[in-house]
Amino acid sequence: MYSFDPTDEQKLIIQTARDFAAKHIRPYAHDSDEKSDLPEGFLAASWELGLATGAIPESLGGAGLPRSAVTGALLVEELACGDLPLALAMLVPALVAYPLVDYGSEPQKKQILPVLTAGSFPRVTAALVEPSMNYDAADLATHAVRAESAGGHYVISGHKCLVPLGTAAETFLIYAAEGGAGLDNVQAFIVPRGARGLTVSEKEKNMGLRAVDSVELVLEGVHVPPSSRLGEAKGIDFARVMSYSRIAIAAMGVGLARAAYDYAREYAKERKAFGEPIASRQAIAFMLAEMAVEIDAARLLVWEAAWQLDKGNTATKETYLARMYSDAMALKVTDNAVQVLGGHGYIRDNPVEAWLRHARGLSTFDGMATV
Amino acid sequence: MIDFEQIPAIAQMSAMMRVMATHQMRPIAREMDENEHSDPTPYFEFIWESTKGYFKENSRASAKGTPPPEGTPSKAVPAPATAQVRQCVVIEQMSWGDAGIYLSTPNPGLGGAAVSAVATPEQKERFLKRFGEGKPKWAAMAITEPGCGSDSAAISTTAVLDGDSWVINGSKIFVTGGKRAVADSEGFVVVWATVDRSAGRAGIKSFVVEHHTPGMTVLKVEKKHGIRCSDTAAIVFENCRIPKNNLLGSAEVVERGEGFKGAMATFDATRPAVAASAIGIGRAALEYVQERFEGAGLSPRYGISPQKLTARERDLMMMEANLKASWLLTLRAAWMGDQKVPNNLEASMCKAKAGLAVTQVTQKAVEMMGPEGYSRKLLLEKWMRDAKINDIFEGTQQINMLIIARRILGYSKDQLK
Repeated sequence: MYSFDPTDEQKLIIQTARDFAAKHIRPYAHDSDEKSDLPEGFLAASWELGLATGAIPESLGGAGLPRSAVTGALLVEELACGDLPLALAMLVPALVAYPLVDYGSEPQKKQILPVLTAGSFPRVTAALVEPSMNYDAADLATHAVRAESAGGHYVISGHKCLVPLGTAAETFLIYAAEGGAGLDNVQAFIVPRGARGLTVSEKEKNMGLRAVDSVELVLEGVHVPPSSRLGEAKGIDFARVMSYSRIAIAAMGVGLARAAYDYAREYAKERKAFGEPIASRQAIAFMLAEMAVEIDAARLLVWEAAWQLDKGNTATKETYLARMYSDAMALKVTDNAVQVLGGHGYIRDNPVEAWLRHARGLSTFDGMATV
Repeated sequence: MIDFEQIPAIAQMSAMMRVMATHQMRPIAREMDENEHSDPTPYFEFIWESTKGYFKENSRASAKGTPPPEGTPSKAVPAPATAQVRQCVVIEQMSWGDAGIYLSTPNPGLGGAAVSAVATPEQKERFLKRFGEGKPKWAAMAITEPGCGSDSAAISTTAVLDGDSWVINGSKIFVTGGKRAVADSEGFVVVWATVDRSAGRAGIKSFVVEHHTPGMTVLKVEKKHGIRCSDTAAIVFENCRIPKNNLLGSAEVVERGEGFKGAMATFDATRPAVAASAIGIGRAALEYVQERFEGAGLSPRYGISPQKLTARERDLMMMEANLKASWLLTLRAAWMGDQKVPNNLEASMCKAKAGLAVTQVTQKAVEMMGPEGYSRKLLLEKWMRDAKINDIFEGTQQINMLIIARRILGYSKDQLK
């Protein structure tokens, strides 16, 4: 039966995430953006919170929270409402943890899960996006070829970018196409930092997301054994991996937009022009109303698509539409927020311009978050 | 738990309505548009006979204040906690069939809703019983006047108590189904009038005026852009005398205007219904375009990089996402209504969103089909004309945005005009 009410457990997760965002994320958003670096101790604090990979089953050493895309969407919205780059940073371990839980072979789980359930923030990340205007997750230019000449090993060549927390990462989960285009042809490979042929770039310089470092990877004939292919012979269901990623990014768009909307609304009630708060003029009030409607619209699309995933459907269409809508919504809402603040919105003392910079990235961030 | 599963009873009802819409509405949709103000009599009789039993039980139950007993024709009706969701699902399907014909459906409609909301058990019995028996009937609601629309507090139609009667004077326009309610059938119209102009909103009351009451004249039936099957009447009241006990609710002029607020609260239920109707039209248009493109081998490629999408694919996808978002907002508002949670904000949200989204979706659908879309051989151009009303009636998009803005800002109507 239709219901729009989170469970008590989900409400608790929302509250926990909201409190964390208020205490450990939002107060540091501005400075970390200015310094292009994470706040000191942030990753450790977030790891202690335990929410990023909370759904690793107890049998595998995790906290055993329910694995649910809906719950994940609720969580991610709250964190991103605090600050998008910091939310992305703290969720990086999930990029490896959940594909590993879902598809990893027993030896692979044994090899990597201890790092993901240990006491300190794990130095792992994933690489999907490629630095090309032709980038398409369903048609990657990074290829993995199994070669007899290489002793049955996979040989991976290609170029990746927007690899979050890549500077310190020791283990990369690298997505590559085996054969032609199509989501079915994409597999993931566990590649150690020291692999021959793998070059990790300096920190990327991007328009937004400055607080979380990201790097490019160049892969020139990197050899990995078949045991490094995630799921080994069985491989992964990349269509599903992408659906989880779309939900996470779409939910982040909702959270980011909510931050901007809340800020703009309160500003508009405070700021006076011609003796009255600017919010008492329809030109401003209607912008805010539209922002409110569009945020709710996107959130419901995210929930519905996440619910489809939780039912076991791959939900490519639903997650794709939710993400497409949310990306556009977040850009529009953050842009409106800058507009409501006028000149003050353009000044970096106020957070809205940073939110607009982050929002522009949403349509680029494939595979940089998951639930 | 967040859940988007339709309960079986509603899914069944939805499937039935789809069949009905396909066979009883679609085939006559064009004819009813071309012959404005003619009656789809076989549809009226079909739908009247199929729903009479339901309304009979409904009026019996609402007069007595108890739910219909088990084993009656209303058995398929789910428990009351899903009534608004169910209503939206039904309306969406019927509007997919044809919105003009849906709006012309003989049933208690908006007038009946007003009666159900505020009438005494005796009044409910007297006014609603007719929908379970005899020939097709309609009930209309008359609020708008030539001099006031959304500003319903400015109503100038007067009701003066004279002995055992109220005497009504004034002009009403845009009365949906007005002619069928009071001139073509044994229905009625609920008229909003002031009993004390100096009291403003507090003086506004609603009155049931029976069909063919002397002093009431249907002046004209409007010629419209769309929903041409539905009659939109102008009705004049000249010393129109009605029984004293046709006043709905209390005659007392309370300073705080609770009666007016109560009347406005019915919009919280009707706005999701209008949104649902809009979405049905939008879905009809989108499905048609999707099928045509699919037939031409141009199905949208969900899952590829967005920057690789063609303009057509992007248009189709955004239409789909906007319709779906509108529908989810509508279900949320209806669900809240069913849960008896205040939903004034959410009702306005879904109405504002759906009205605009469907206006744009249907306009885009016409564009995407090129000259075929513009031709009256297809229904697309008609759907575009039909859709537009949903951006206007039951509060224009702008009025709903105003309501949303006041709610989110915590502003009164004086703080945000």
